Formats: sequence, structure tokens, C-alpha cells
Amino acid sequence: MSSAVARQARAWYLQRISAMVLALCVVVHIGVIIYAVRGGLSGAEILGRTRGNWGFGLFYTIFVLACAVHVPIGVANIAEEWLGWSSRRARALFFVAGLLILLLGLRAVVGVTLR
Amino acid sequence: MTNSLKVKVWRGKQEGSFTSYDVPRRESQTVLDVVTFIQRQLDHTLSYRFSCRVGMCGSCAMTVNGVARWTCRTHVSKVAVNGELEIAPLSNLPVIKDLATDMTEFFDKWASAKGQFKGSTTRHDAFAKVDPASSARQAANAGIECIGCGVCYASCDVVAWRPAFLGPAALNRAWTLANDVRDQQQDDRLRAVAGDAGCHACHTQGSCTQRCPKQIAPTAGISGLKRLTAKAALRGKL
Repeated sequence: MSSAVARQARAWYLQRISAMVLALCVVVHIGVIIYAVRGGLSGAEILGRTRGNWGFGLFYTIFVLACAVHVPIGVANIAEEWLGWSSRRARALFFVAGLLILLLGLRAVVGVTLR
Repeated sequence: MTNSLKVKVWRGKQEGSFTSYDVPRRESQTVLDVVTFIQRQLDHTLSYRFSCRVGMCGSCAMTVNGVARWTCRTHVSKVAVNGELEIAPLSNLPVIKDLATDMTEFFDKWASAKGQFKGSTTRHDAFAKVDPASSARQAANAGIECIGCGVCYASCDVVAWRPAFLGPAALNRAWTLANDVRDQQQDDRLRAVAGDAGCHACHTQGSCTQRCPKQIAPTAGISGLKRLTAKAALRGKL
């Protein structure tokens, strides 16, 4: 009982902490978009700036990690509370959603920074 | 002020329907007065629950025009819309009959949240000295006047979504005891109120705080419990 409660409490705190990280990341992300597209922007221009840019890669890796923590917890809660899923099934969804976001997100980061 | 009220009252159990009654309008009339008039003058078979009539016992709460309220201190003039009232049992609780709900689960959750005081001294020991101005005592005082009416519990969406959720009243009780320096089961209580059935399921929507007839803020107490459980988790006590 105690371990389940501790896990649930930990998920709550992790979601709050990741929300703080995301709030910062989203502001920087949108700010950079607005700044970068002034006067038009092509795909080649974007890749020209991002490839080999380790700062960019690090920032978006943090962004993806925060998403991979924050979103699955929320999605599992919605499934449990609004769709009536069992906590076991919601937990499975948590792992699938987390893994998917992590893989797709990191793939995108690698795609625009390394190749 | 109209001369009569058109009152729709829930009749039946979980399944049932509304029955309409015409009730004479009186000055300073409360919703409980209306229900009592119907039961005594119009239909003796109507079941409802009340006791003190002065906002102390917490037994007369019902859903009035869609909102959970204590009926003995709710004036008709405050809630009637075009001379009409709709009175139903509290939400989120099984209906026994008509306007009377089964409060068993509601109070069992107080017990599950370790809502009992457990001291360490006997009657032979000296009184504990508690500074009334201390922050812990102030926090306890802010939630201590709960009358257990169930208005917060009936107003909480999370209770509807998660049947195991302890609910605002039980968590408020736990918060008052968590701030009682004499109590001896603090770690057990934090374990009881943490997690998805406890304070971490609260969405901070604030319906409980908005509707509490005693102006208690269970939302604030639940936030306090989240802080305390975080500290307990860091100490490895969760």
C-alpha cells in the first residue's frame, strides 16, 4: 500500500516539476520561432542553424524529457478519471505514451542537430 | 415576492423522478421550511433529514436548484428562480429515499484519512500548552469548524470521477489534525492521505471551497497536505 501511495505521490510531484521546466521551455521555444521567422524562413535555413548546434540539441533534449515525464502522467489521469480505465490499464498507457514521446522527440532532436 | 412557490422534489431512490408541489411563500422562509411544509401538510411519505435547524448539525444538506447547500440556513429568496425551486438529494452519495442520502461512505472516509485524534497523555497529565498564535494552530483553526454536512463532497468532481477519493471533508479533517502538535499518528496519516485516493488527486477546482457553508477552504488544506507529504517523502516516511 505504502509503495503504491509513494509512487502516486511521486508522479504528482514529477508532473509539477516537469510543468515548471516546460513553462520555461515553451516560452523560449515560441520566442525563438518568432525571432527566427522574421522575413521568412526555409527548411534549409533552419537546418543550417541547428545542425551541429549542441546548445540547441541540449535545450530540446531537456524539452523532450520534460514532455516525456509530464504528458504520460496527465494522459493516464485523464484515462482513469474520464474514461474509467483501471489504474493498471492507465499505467500501461503511461509507459506507452512516455516511450512514444521520448522516442519520437529524441529522434527529431537527433534529426535536426546531428545529421 | 410571489404568493406561492412551485417546488419540484426528488421522489424515489437512485432511480426516481421529480414531483411538483405548490407551497405558500412566507417571509424569511428557508428551503428546509419548504421541505418541512411539504412533508407535514402535503405528503407525509416524503423522507428527508434534519436536526438542529440552525446550521450546527450538518444533517439537512440537499441539492437546491442544482447546487449543494445547507437548507436550514438557505433563504428561499436567495435561491428561488421565478418562484421555482428544485430540491434533490446530495450528489455523489447513494440515495436511501427521496432527499435522504446514505452518509456511511462519507464518514468511513474520514476514518480512512486517520481523522481520529490520538494523543499521548492521560487525564492525569498536565494540559498541553499550544500557542494560539502559532502557524500550526492557526491552520488547524481555519478548518476546525466543519460540521460534516457533505456539501463539499457532493460538489467535488474528483469524487464523481474517482470513487475511492477521500474527498474534501475527510482531507480537511486530516489537515486540522496534521497541525495538531499533540497528535501522535502524523506519519500514518500522511500515508493515508497521499496518492490517487488522497490529496494528490485534487484538481484544485475549488468547488468545495466555494460552496462550504462554513467558509472553510478544503482546497487550501489539501495543498498543505501535498506540502507535508512532499517533506515526508524526502524523509523516506511515505
